[in-house]
Amino acid sequence: MAGIIGKKIGMTSIFDADGINIPCTVVEAGPCVVTQVKTIEIDGYNAVQLAFGEKKEKHTTQPMLGHFTKAGTTPKRDLVEFAEFEKEYALGDLVGCDIFQEGDFCEVVGTSKGKGFQGVVRRHNFSGVGGATHGQHNRLRAPGSRGASSWPSRVFKGIRTAGHMGNERVKMQNLQIVKVLPEQNLILIKGAIPGHKGSIVTVLK
Amino acid sequence: MDLLKLAEQQLIEKKVWPEFKAGDTVTVFYKIIEGNKEREQQFQGVVLQRRGEGSTETFTVRKISGGIGVERIFPTNSPKITRLDVNKRGIVRRARIFYLRDMIGKAARIEEKKSYSSKTAKAK
Repeated sequence: MAGIIGKKIGMTSIFDADGINIPCTVVEAGPCVVTQVKTIEIDGYNAVQLAFGEKKEKHTTQPMLGHFTKAGTTPKRDLVEFAEFEKEYALGDLVGCDIFQEGDFCEVVGTSKGKGFQGVVRRHNFSGVGGATHGQHNRLRAPGSRGASSWPSRVFKGIRTAGHMGNERVKMQNLQIVKVLPEQNLILIKGAIPGHKGSIVTVLK
Repeated sequence: MDLLKLAEQQLIEKKVWPEFKAGDTVTVFYKIIEGNKEREQQFQGVVLQRRGEGSTETFTVRKISGGIGVERIFPTNSPKITRLDVNKRGIVRRARIFYLRDMIGKAARIEEKKSYSSKTAKAK
């Protein structure tokens, strides 16, 4: 899938032609540099590797520095492979947010906000155990039974329990692009996207 | 954050309304779509608060309709608002006058600022 690397800026809302308020997320999308073009002959598949975000040279390893120098660019922070672009790109080309058009539908991949160690009510939408009365105490947000007793004498794999929540890769599909501002490299996507402000996301066409 | 403001500046047309704040009585003229016809409606009441900035700026207007309190939140820069008239300037001590919700009848009145109109007239 064709796409671009971007940075989540934050949320705002704009008015459409009918005067309806649309909540949207502002993403700084690109410009990304083509750092590698993969072909079937050499790599076994077709893809374009894009790079985004500045990085200091002293924080770059020598092999990576060589990789960037080959493309004729400064060291970048994030590298992502994309495929199936409409245009053909060469090393060092810039890919901007103009690959998107207003009204297009896209997918956004990001890392969700970390929620820490969470119980089953928040993590798996359990409803807790029973009410608060009839002698019941401290069971309000408990998971309840995890299974039978003497058989199987163990907890089955895959039982939903408390644990770490968030801070994982999330893909959101069917998001509409409301506006594209090519001069500022900004795109506005309808609704929310995963991650906190300033986090890196990939917008797929 | 600056990029967010930049996007808002480009995409939001800032509307210019007469100055108003919480405690003022205003009439808001706004367009509504009925079936496929467009019609103008008005909403007159006391401004409870103004909040937010940029494209998310809103204000709340409260009126008593048939003995029942009705509140409406308008986005300040909404293209649906065609006109905004300030009918009365009220004297209130705070920026958000939610205490008005608990008051009925005579207690819910707001004292009118009398000198305001003459002062501004002179200044102009």
